[in-house]
Amino acid sequence: MSVAATTEAGARPSRAGRQPHLPAWLGTVPFFAYVGVFLLWPTGILVVNAFKNPSGSWNFGGVSTLWGPVVRSYFIGSFKLCLISAVAGAVFGALVAYAVASGKPDGAVRRFALAGSGVLAQFGGVTLAFAFQALIGPAGLLFHASWYYNFPWGIGLIYIYFQVPLMVLVFLPAIDGLKAQWREASESLGSSTWQYWRYVGGPLLAPAFFGAALLLFANALSAFATIEAWENQIAYTVPQEISTSLSSEVGLANVNAADLLAFGMIVMVAVVMTGYALLQRRAARWLR
Amino acid sequence: MAALASVGETSLEAPATRGPQGMQRSRRRRLNAFRYVVFTLFGLFIVLPLLALARFSLEGSKLGTWSVAAWKQIVSYPGLASGVELTLELAVITSVVTLVLLLPTMIWIKLRVQWISRTFEFLCLLPLTIPAIALVVGLGPVYNRIQHYSLSALQLFWVYVILALPYAYRALSSGLDALDAVTLAEAARSLGASWFTVMFRVIAPNMRQAILNAVLLTGALVLGEFTIAYLLLFNTLQPTLYSISRNTPNAGVVFSTSLASLLFAFALLIIVSYAGRRRRRG
Amino acid sequence: MRSPYRFTLVGVAALALLAAGCSSSSNSGSGGGTNWSTVSSASAGGGMSKLIAAAKKEGQLNVIALPPTWANYGNIIKTFSTKYGIKVNSALPDGTSQQEVDTIKQKNGTAAAPDVVDVGVSVALANTSLFTPYKVSTWSAIPAAQKNSTGLWYNDYGGYMAVGYSSKFGTITSLSQLLGPKFKNAVALNGNPTAANAALNGVMMANLAEGGSASDISKGVNFFHELKAKGNFSPVSATGATIKSGSTPVVFNWDYLNLPSYVGVSNWKVFIPSNAVLGGYYAQAINKSAPHPAAARLWEEFLYSQATDGGQNLWLQGGARPVEQVAMSSNGSIDKAAAAKLPAVSGSPVFLSQGQATGAATYLATNWAKAVG
Repeated sequence: MSVAATTEAGARPSRAGRQPHLPAWLGTVPFFAYVGVFLLWPTGILVVNAFKNPSGSWNFGGVSTLWGPVVRSYFIGSFKLCLISAVAGAVFGALVAYAVASGKPDGAVRRFALAGSGVLAQFGGVTLAFAFQALIGPAGLLFHASWYYNFPWGIGLIYIYFQVPLMVLVFLPAIDGLKAQWREASESLGSSTWQYWRYVGGPLLAPAFFGAALLLFANALSAFATIEAWENQIAYTVPQEISTSLSSEVGLANVNAADLLAFGMIVMVAVVMTGYALLQRRAARWLR
Repeated sequence: MAALASVGETSLEAPATRGPQGMQRSRRRRLNAFRYVVFTLFGLFIVLPLLALARFSLEGSKLGTWSVAAWKQIVSYPGLASGVELTLELAVITSVVTLVLLLPTMIWIKLRVQWISRTFEFLCLLPLTIPAIALVVGLGPVYNRIQHYSLSALQLFWVYVILALPYAYRALSSGLDALDAVTLAEAARSLGASWFTVMFRVIAPNMRQAILNAVLLTGALVLGEFTIAYLLLFNTLQPTLYSISRNTPNAGVVFSTSLASLLFAFALLIIVSYAGRRRRRG
Repeated sequence: MRSPYRFTLVGVAALALLAAGCSSSSNSGSGGGTNWSTVSSASAGGGMSKLIAAAKKEGQLNVIALPPTWANYGNIIKTFSTKYGIKVNSALPDGTSQQEVDTIKQKNGTAAAPDVVDVGVSVALANTSLFTPYKVSTWSAIPAAQKNSTGLWYNDYGGYMAVGYSSKFGTITSLSQLLGPKFKNAVALNGNPTAANAALNGVMMANLAEGGSASDISKGVNFFHELKAKGNFSPVSATGATIKSGSTPVVFNWDYLNLPSYVGVSNWKVFIPSNAVLGGYYAQAINKSAPHPAAARLWEEFLYSQATDGGQNLWLQGGARPVEQVAMSSNGSIDKAAAAKLPAVSGSPVFLSQGQATGAATYLATNWAKAVG
C-alpha cells in the first residue's frame, strides 16, 4: 500500500531503466500519419478541386451555384431523407436497445441482437433495395405499397432498416451505463416509472441519444448505393447528383461541380458532427 | 454490463418483493410485455425483407416455381468464388490493421495524451462525412501510386481501414470508457510495469469484448462495401454481385449470395460473441 | 513474456501488409522490336502477322464497360480470346462512357489502365487528347461521317431507340397508348437522362414521337411528366431481374438491348415509332498510353473485320447495326440471317448532332427532376 502511495502516477520506477524522454504525443504519430495520407489528403484534393475550373485555374464563383434552386433541391432532399431515417431509426433503435439491455447480460437474446445488429448495420445497397422491392414494390410479395416510389417515404423505410441496428449498437453502451442504483434510489423515494424516465433516466440518456441520432443522420447522408438501387432515373439527393456530375455521358460531367457538392456535404456534416461531438462529451461525463 | 453491479446496495425501506434484478414484480411484468412487443414488431420488420430475398433466391426460371439453382450456382458462377475469397482475406487484413492502428493509439491517448482526444475523435468520425463516390475522386491519385507497386485488390485495405474507423472507434471507446483505465495504469506502473505492459497486458485484456465487437463491425463493413471497390475497378464480393445482377437473367444468384454472406457473417458474430464471454468476477 | 506479445502484434501487422503487397504485381508486356503504341495502322507496323505476334506476346487486353449481354459483347470477347490466345480483362461492366475515360486518367501509367474504350460520341469528341490515331484495315468501309478523319475515334455499332414491352400488353402501335391505365407503374427508362446516353435518347425519342424537334426536348419531358402524373412511370433501373419479376414490363432502350435474349424473357416485343426513328452509334478509341498497345490494335482489327466470325457480324448477331453494314451488304460478307432479324424501321432515321445533344442535356439538367420527381 505504502509503495503505491509514494509513487507518482507516471513516474518511472528505476527497474524500467533509463529511457529517452520523448514527448508522449509521438505515440499517436502512426495513426495521424495513416489518416493524413488516406483520408486528409483525398479530402484535401476534393476541397481544392471544388474551387477550381476544369482548366485548373481558381474559381470561387461556383459557390453561388450551391444556392441555386436546382442544387438546393438536392440538399433539401438529402436533408429530408436523413432527418426522417435518423429520427425514426433513433427512436425505434432506442426502444430495441432498451429491450435488449434489460435482459440477461449473457443471454441468447442479447447475443443474437448484437450479432444481428452488427451484420445489418452494414447491409444495404443493391440487395437491400431488391429485398424491399420484392416485398412491397409493384410486384410485391406482401402487398404493393403505392408510396414505395415516392421520395422520401419508400427509401426512408429502406434506410430505417439499417439505421435501427446501427442505433442499437451505438446506444446500447449508454443504456448499460444506467446504473441500477439510480433506479432503486428513485424508487425508494417513491417515483413511478414515468417520473423516473422523465427526471432521471431521460436527462441522463438524452445526450447519448441525440449524439447517436446525429451519427445516424451522417450515416444516411453519404449513403449512395442503396438509393441508387432503389431508383436511378431521377436524382433526389446530393450523392446521386454527385454521381451524375462525375459520370454523366451526355456532356454534363463536371468533376469540379461534383467536388463542390461534396464540399457542401462536408460542411453540412461537419456542423452536424460538431454538435454530435459536443453532446457526446456531455454524455461521457454521466456514464462514469 | 454495469447495470447489474448493484447487489450490495438495495434500499432497506422498500417493502415490495424483488426479482433477481432488484425490481418490483409488476414492473418486471410490464417490462417483459414491452420486450415481447418490441422484439416481435422489429423481428418482423427485420425478417420479412430477408424472407422476400430468400423467396426470390429460390425462384425457378418461371415465376412461381421453386428451384435451388441459384444456391448451387454460388460456387460455380465465374468470378464469384474468387470475389468471396478476396473479400474474406480483405476483411481479415482490414480488421487486423484497424486494430493495430486504433487500439494502441486509443489507449495511449487515454493514458498519456488526453488533450488530443477531441481531435482524434473528430478524425475517427470524419470518414462518415464524405460520400464514397466523392472520396474515390480524391483517392484516385493515391491508388494510382499504389498500383504502380501492386494491382491486387487486397490493396483496398488501406481505404477500408479508414471507412471502418468510425465504427471500430465507437466499439473500442465504449469498452475503454467502461474501465477506469487511468487507475489501472497507475496501479500497474507503480508495480513497475512498462507502458507496453500496461497497454497490452493490463488494459487490452479487459477490453476483449470491445475488441471483438470492433473486429466484427470491421469485417461486416468489408463484406458489404460496394462503391469504392466498384469505382476503383476491383472485383470484390459486392461489385461481383452487382455485375451478376446486371448481366444475368437468373437474378436469383444475387439474392442467394447476399443471403449466404449475411448468414455467414451472422454466424461468425454469434460464435465470436461466445468466445468473448466475460468471466464472472469472484 | 512481454516481447512475444510485442512481436506478435508487429508480426501480424507486417504479415498483413506483406500479404497485400506480395500479390500479383503489375505485368507490363513489352512489344518486342516495334513500339506499337505509336503505330497508326497495321501495315505501318509491318503487317497483320507482326501485329498478331506482338499482341500474343503481350498476352493481355484491358477492356472496360462491356456488359456481356450488350450487343453480344460476351461472345465477342470469348471469340477474340480463343482465336488469339489473349486474356481479356473486362472491368467495370456497368460503367458509363464518362467513367471509361475517367478510368483512363485515374489508372494512367499502371498496368490496369483500359487499352480500348467504347464510348458515346459526345464523350469521344470531348476526350480526343486521350486517344491515339489508328486506322483499321477496313477503314474505307466506314462511312466518312462516322469516323474522325485522323483515326482518333470511329463508330462501331448502333441502333434505334425502341420501346420493349412484355407481350401481356398486346401490341403497342403508338406511344400515347402508354398513357393508358393498364400501364400503371410499368414504363421505365434505362438510367437517368442527365447521366446516361441511352436514357437521354429515350426521352428524345418520345419527344420526336410527340411531334417535337431534335433541337428542343421539352415535348419529351412533358410526355414523361404525364406518364408520372398518371402513375405509369417507373423510376426503377430496368435489369433482367426487374423485368423477370414484372416490376418493369415496359422499357425504353436501344433496340439491340431490347432483344428477348438480352432481356431474359421470351415474351418480349419491340416497337419503334414510325415518326421517331432515333439512331445512335457508339465509338471505339485506343488509349494513347495503353499498357498493351499491340493487343489493343489487334482488338480493333478484330472488331472491324468483315469475316463471318469477325466483330461486325458478331455485333449484328447481337441485334446491333454494325457501322460497315452498307459496305458488307454490297460485298456479301454480311450475315444475312442476322440482318433479316433486325427490327423493321419505317421512316427516315434521325441522328442527334453534338449541339442538339448538348442542348437536350442542358434542358434536362434543369427540368427533368422537376417533371418526374
